[in-house]
Amino acid sequence: MLFLKEVADHLESKRFWILFLMMFLVSAASLRGALNSLSQAAQAASSQGQAVSEFMFLKLFTTGGQSIYSFSTFLGFLGPIFGIMLGFDAINNEKAMGTLNRLAAQPIYRDTIINAKFLAGAFTVLVTVFGIGLWFTGAGILLSGLEPKPEEIARILIYLLAVVLYICLWLAIAVLFSTLSVHAATSALGCIALWLFLTLFLSLIASGLANLVYPTQGPGATILSAVSNVQLQTGISRISPYYLLSEITTVLMNPNVRSLNVMSNLMAEAEGSAIASYLPLGQSLLQIWAQITAMFAEAAVCFGAAYISFMNREIRA
Amino acid sequence: MMAEGIIQTVDLTKKYDDVTAVDHLNLTIRKGEVFGLLGPNGAGKTTTTLMLLGLTEPTSGHAWIDGHDCTRDSLAVKKMVGYLPDNVGFYPDMTGRENLIFTGEMNGLGRSAAAERAAALLGRVGMAYAADRRAGTYSRGMRQRLGIADVLMKDPGIIIMDEPTLGIDPAGMHELTRLIRDLSVKDGRTILISSHELYQIQEISDRVGIFVGGRMIACGRIDELGRQLQTEGGSCMLDLRARKADLSIAQEESDTLLKTILARVDGVQHLSENADGMIHVEAARNIESELLAVLVANGFVLREMHERGGDLDEIYRKYFEKAGEINGRRGNGSDRQQSDPEEEAAGGR
Repeated sequence: MLFLKEVADHLESKRFWILFLMMFLVSAASLRGALNSLSQAAQAASSQGQAVSEFMFLKLFTTGGQSIYSFSTFLGFLGPIFGIMLGFDAINNEKAMGTLNRLAAQPIYRDTIINAKFLAGAFTVLVTVFGIGLWFTGAGILLSGLEPKPEEIARILIYLLAVVLYICLWLAIAVLFSTLSVHAATSALGCIALWLFLTLFLSLIASGLANLVYPTQGPGATILSAVSNVQLQTGISRISPYYLLSEITTVLMNPNVRSLNVMSNLMAEAEGSAIASYLPLGQSLLQIWAQITAMFAEAAVCFGAAYISFMNREIRA
Repeated sequence: MMAEGIIQTVDLTKKYDDVTAVDHLNLTIRKGEVFGLLGPNGAGKTTTTLMLLGLTEPTSGHAWIDGHDCTRDSLAVKKMVGYLPDNVGFYPDMTGRENLIFTGEMNGLGRSAAAERAAALLGRVGMAYAADRRAGTYSRGMRQRLGIADVLMKDPGIIIMDEPTLGIDPAGMHELTRLIRDLSVKDGRTILISSHELYQIQEISDRVGIFVGGRMIACGRIDELGRQLQTEGGSCMLDLRARKADLSIAQEESDTLLKTILARVDGVQHLSENADGMIHVEAARNIESELLAVLVANGFVLREMHERGGDLDEIYRKYFEKAGEINGRRGNGSDRQQSDPEEEAAGGR
């Protein structure tokens, strides 16, 4: 009951439509950019007598134009905003309107409130992401004339699911902030600050720290320390859900990628065994299983924290 | 244990850090009566109502409503208790009617049944004319009336109201009191109403509990409370204004002189100056005639004199004073701190 009301609230709110429209336009723009650069690439390839890539259709998602990012980059960027928007005022706005204690006085368990809010948000995310993603696929088929293979479709669906999970993680973070802070503005700013930190600055910190521990220049710089450097750097970066998603995207949408591990890639290259071939879907999934699990765990921890703090909270007018 | 009252608390206590908001409350409310919880801001009234609904866990002690433990069995309690918070809010984007239907559905009513009941209740609280406007446009009085309709959506046997008339103009207040009284008289519901407004409580309640610093210091019918005070001494209270007949003496000097003279009168227990400059005298017995004689003998002219006491104001003040003596300054300190979160919330709006 509460769930349905929350979903209706989300779908009727102005900010949902603003962001929806924005994502829609952005995906249209990136589709155009991708089509342009792909057709150029395809022409160039066929004029040189090379075979066009087998997974051409997937490239639509990851290729950008000259001045526009790719669809997957946009999802990685806008997704968090979308999740934050859906969740940042979940609890404290209810409190500010004075409806929280009225709601809590109804014969429902208290966790129903926060569960319904989170699930409604997650449902909205699911609908939106699949809406936009499938629209993008459909428009891509029509405009490019490419026909996606079943495996490509499967990869796209799994990718969209991963994006849903990614946005739900941000939703959980936003709900957590909304239970912790009194004002909606505080929680929105807190979420956005965290988002900026994780997407933009964490990579800087990661490389800085890695260079400090395993210097790549000067005395003591060996091949081994260079490898450790990269490993530490990715290790730290993997805290960020943005990085996790980008790894998932890379593997899923580009079957050429054989491994995310630096060492094994290096070894393969050194042995000369890297044959340009495609990984089957199952193997790609195996590669990103850890990333998906990590995102899921982060989301679960955030929502768990929000849940606990909400249950222990005083409900006062 | 809970046979006599529909609401019963035993040693109910709630501590916030070092502040005791509710201190060993023992309260029994009988079925069908209107009980008024009277006390200043931050006396622990809201905390008590929240504990009764199971929204706040008591530090120690227990509360039962109709045999259900309020803390452990709060779902059963919430099914039959309607709660009107002091600052009731509605979803601003939904109309009043939709808000009510939503509450009805949360209480397990079907959509059509909820719509039917909502329409009937909107008529009853006189909100039918604004039923299809957005709740965000409602005035305070309208919200409060919609709140009563909202409480009635679940058809509760018991209604708990927290400061229902706060910030409502006199006309609206009158209407609201009539409405609340109706709920008890016509429908036979038990009502627990908390307020700091004396006259409204006096008008509505069958019995009153006076609440100060987390303790209930008195409980009973209002006339009983008045009588109780009278027999406890302090039966004569006067406000007077007098001036030395010789006008060449300054006003202040005259007042100081007056006080020293009055203090010497036999039987006077308490002397103070009111804000309007009148001198307040309290004595154990009637000293009017003696006072007059003393004043005349010292060359004072009496300008004004009123007898005070007996009304609810006096009862209220008296009890607060008594509580202050019992609790010392601690009681007042806790009042202050207690009221802070409420004010913060109101300010953040």
